[in-house]
Amino acid sequence: MTITVNAPSQARRSVLDELEAESIHIIREVLAEFENPGLLFSGGKDSVVVLHLLAKAVFPARVPIPVVHIDTGHNFGEVLKFRDQVVARYGLNLVVGSVQEYIDRGELTELPDGTRNRLQTRVLLDTIEANRFDVVFGGARRDEDKARAKERILSLRDEFGVWDPRNQRPEIWNLYNGRHAPGGHVRAFPISNWTERDIWAYINQEQIELPPIYFAHKRQVFERDGMWRAVTGVSLPAQGEIVSIRQVRYRTVGDASCTGAVLSAADTVPKVLDELALATVTERGATRADDRISAAGMEDRKTEGYF
Amino acid sequence: MTTTLLRIATAGSVDDGKSTLVGRLLHDAKAILADSLDDIARTSAERGFGGETPALDLALVTDGLRAEREQGITIDVAYRYFSTANRSFILADCPGHVQYTRNTVTGASTADAAIVLVDARHGVLEQTRRHLGVLSLLRVPQLVVAVNKMDLVDWKEQRFSEIETQILDITAELGIKRTAVIPVSALNGDNIVDASAHSDWYAGPTLLGLLEALEPERGQGTARLDVQYVIRPQGALAPGLDAEQYRDFRGYSGTLADGELSVGDTVQIISNGQPATSTIKSIRNSHGEVTTALAGEAVLVELTGEIDIARGDTIIAGEPEVPVRQIEANICVLSPNKITAGQLVLIKHGTKVARAKVQSLDHVINVVDFSRSAATELQLNDLARITVRSSAALAVDEYQNSRTAGSFLLIDPNSGATLAAGIIEAQNAAA
Repeated sequence: MTITVNAPSQARRSVLDELEAESIHIIREVLAEFENPGLLFSGGKDSVVVLHLLAKAVFPARVPIPVVHIDTGHNFGEVLKFRDQVVARYGLNLVVGSVQEYIDRGELTELPDGTRNRLQTRVLLDTIEANRFDVVFGGARRDEDKARAKERILSLRDEFGVWDPRNQRPEIWNLYNGRHAPGGHVRAFPISNWTERDIWAYINQEQIELPPIYFAHKRQVFERDGMWRAVTGVSLPAQGEIVSIRQVRYRTVGDASCTGAVLSAADTVPKVLDELALATVTERGATRADDRISAAGMEDRKTEGYF
Repeated sequence: MTTTLLRIATAGSVDDGKSTLVGRLLHDAKAILADSLDDIARTSAERGFGGETPALDLALVTDGLRAEREQGITIDVAYRYFSTANRSFILADCPGHVQYTRNTVTGASTADAAIVLVDARHGVLEQTRRHLGVLSLLRVPQLVVAVNKMDLVDWKEQRFSEIETQILDITAELGIKRTAVIPVSALNGDNIVDASAHSDWYAGPTLLGLLEALEPERGQGTARLDVQYVIRPQGALAPGLDAEQYRDFRGYSGTLADGELSVGDTVQIISNGQPATSTIKSIRNSHGEVTTALAGEAVLVELTGEIDIARGDTIIAGEPEVPVRQIEANICVLSPNKITAGQLVLIKHGTKVARAKVQSLDHVINVVDFSRSAATELQLNDLARITVRSSAALAVDEYQNSRTAGSFLLIDPNSGATLAAGIIEAQNAAA
């Protein structure tokens, strides 16, 4: 049974329609021109949107590429459960690169502050190499950070995964050129031009399911550096930090040891959109302790091969 | 009312106050959130910006990379996002000094409008002519010239009029159809978002007012679909779909570049094989099945009959087109590798990649005065007219008719680097 919708003939296309079309165009170019793509999938809203777009780009075929989760071992349980449900629903192959296994084998050493975002890079590069991915899709957006604002949609990485911001390939019209040196690979960012608000508006329009931690819930938290941190096995209050139960939600989903929650009563997608309309702090500024190291925090990690 | 998207590019150098203008636009459109503003305030104070009366250095908004902050320069195109009640903007901020042409081509190739800055004290410089020249080659539909630092010429109407006349003479000469000239002070925010109290003599819109009212051109003309990806699910159907319904499904996906495409339309398939015609059996856009698709939509079409179609082929509605192997085009050289006559390259046109040869270097174009001179090799940032011969027949059109059908890349077959961006001009019948 198919539903027929008549396109209004001279109706102006909405922002979401234009962004969606651009993303699908990029996804199809990458699927057609590369040998062995993968999709980086954290269960976070941006990677969920990329997967949704990927499914639309190949409809009615099944998503033809595996999803790759670089697992820091510091997960929110709700997000892991969500990941597995999504994998089952789309009929996907899941590839996991485990930071914990590297630490257990002594190949990576825990950082003094206990966070693991920075440790992901090595595992990501090894996973790309072991699976012979010549391109991986990611959900990075240019509005997230100053360094990302300058990154191309197809971002070339050398054999060390290094991004060279001073030597980027020009990207002109919608003609993408993904040729790369042997041993290197490409990161493809189809939602580069979406803002945080576009993502939520699209989630609302398409009724896309997200992990529950994106919505207001009661949680044991303590305040550190102006952020609300959850009490978990990997994130414990120091002396003098007071634990209380608050209604919070997450704006980003990352390593549980360095992702902060915001106080919020927004328990539905429309309420999150209302809240964003009034937001005065950027997404990463509000919730990522690791981005606060310096103004160039993201740039430094990206040149090391970070996603 | 639907919110619509507008892509804009800025061209100009730090000296013209471009970074300040972009920062002002974002600041006054309230696109900078508190934590970013705190960072800017802190750095401005550290550097003593504003001297006696501390102020925000809005140019810091656009600084991205470490080297840029340290050296006070911009290295690469940066993308910024802001929105108003009825419009979202994607702004490609193109640096003026280093790699000027390459950056402007990158930032402005998809722009609906481009903003060029002129310093009111200095008026039209060689650099201004260069900016306008490149933007005219790219045929950016709307040009906005912001005459900045009007506060430093005491908001004299006569000064503005002199510059405006010079600009309009140049744009007329270059064949730029739509040009607006606006007197502004980015530093103080005059005529950027809010109308200035100093320019009673100026009756036109503010910069943002103009950008909000602009009607973008969206691919008119003949419907054209470059096939990106052939979808034949066979056994690998998306979960939940009816296997019976999609048993023999074969669809052609791509982005409709121009025009409108409807179910029942007769179409021509341009490929390496024999020319073929067919009829559109079904169309799907991202919302579901439709009877008509619009330019810019990512679609999936089924055709009637058994036709062999692959990625790189083009589906065109309407009058038959004759694909060509030899193309005359203006190119902008984007790579440090030199380009010479006889060089073997790859051409990417639409979704087709074919082996090709640089047949001849016809002339180099001086982008300041548009004079022509002969050349034996082309270098980074050169603009030149060349003739390319492609191993595969290509369904080209003039760039002024279709940004998609009229553009291509030249790629180095060995390194994979993008060598040049090509703009297809009127073909010489004798060629």
